[in-house]
Amino acid sequence: MNFRAIVFSFAVLATGVPAHAAEVDYASSQITFVSKQMNVPVQGSFKKFTARIDFDPKKLAAAKAQIDVDLASIDTGSPDADAEVSKKGWFNTSAFPTAKFVSSAVSQSGPDKYEVRGKLSIKGIGQDVVAPFTLKRAGDAVTYEGRFNLKRLQFKIGEGVWSDTDTVADDVQVNFRIVTTGNK
Amino acid sequence: MQITSPGYTRVAIILHWLIAAALFSTFLLGQYMTQLQLSPVKLKLYSYHKWIGVTIFLLVLLRLVWRLAHRPPAPPAAMPAWQHRAAASAHLLLYILTLAIPISGWLMSSASGFQVVYLGQIPIPDLVAKNKHLAEQLKEVHEALNWVMLGVVILHIAAALKHHMVDRDDVLQRMLPFLKKRSALR
Repeated sequence: MNFRAIVFSFAVLATGVPAHAAEVDYASSQITFVSKQMNVPVQGSFKKFTARIDFDPKKLAAAKAQIDVDLASIDTGSPDADAEVSKKGWFNTSAFPTAKFVSSAVSQSGPDKYEVRGKLSIKGIGQDVVAPFTLKRAGDAVTYEGRFNLKRLQFKIGEGVWSDTDTVADDVQVNFRIVTTGNK
Repeated sequence: MQITSPGYTRVAIILHWLIAAALFSTFLLGQYMTQLQLSPVKLKLYSYHKWIGVTIFLLVLLRLVWRLAHRPPAPPAAMPAWQHRAAASAHLLLYILTLAIPISGWLMSSASGFQVVYLGQIPIPDLVAKNKHLAEQLKEVHEALNWVMLGVVILHIAAALKHHMVDRDDVLQRMLPFLKKRSALR
């Protein structure tokens, strides 16, 4: 047993992650969103997030996912808007730096098709969300890809003058693709 | 001297003034909106600017199609040949610019990552993908073309006034039937 393996064993003991736990391949993973400004779909993304996925299709009851998104890493598509959305009326990033999703249940809806339920917390406000996703295997890599819609005003994202949904729509589509490697 | 020259059709006159009003308003709007801090008003004004631009493009196309079937009246007989050529060139330039400027704005918007959705309803396809460098270049082009157009429009207005007040011919009256009535009373 070399040093690395020992450290790894301790890490497993410490976190309770099973030895076969997959690693997230962040270079291939992404969280993007589409908002509508004056009915114009505008794509954005979050460059930094961490994900922990514990998913075995044979043990759905034990499936778990947690995703923490660094809200300051937002790319709205324009530098003006990047600066704007960190402000108090939007994400208030200095007070609430992270958006968190914690799954509560995963159910199967078809072959390689699932639905994850859980709580999304942004700006100190928690809302239940349901996100359908698909699963694709390629070697030891597994890709989880899905989407859900959130209503930005439920999370007070864009308050005051920005709460006008004629300019920026209430509905925001969130797309995620999480790739894990080292799956059994 | 020719007293009753065949004038512009009513359609040509209406198109001319619609396009003039739209150009004038969206030019000023463009100057104003770019100075604003990001706000819902700014997003609205940008959209209106783009919608007016698309409208100008469509009206100019309509004008050109109409022109094919309805030739504009001949210039006054007394007008020197060089002025005739200058007027024809200026008009051609105005047609080119009023088509090229909306196109440059459309491409610029696409390159900036904002698709143009006409009147908030009709998506106009992106011909170019999002590209920051290209967006900056197209912005320069859009602005430069506008300054050229401003110059040609000033020349156009100055020439029309000169025809009316110095040459005292019917060139301005042809485009302003209201003036014609007034001069007929005189």
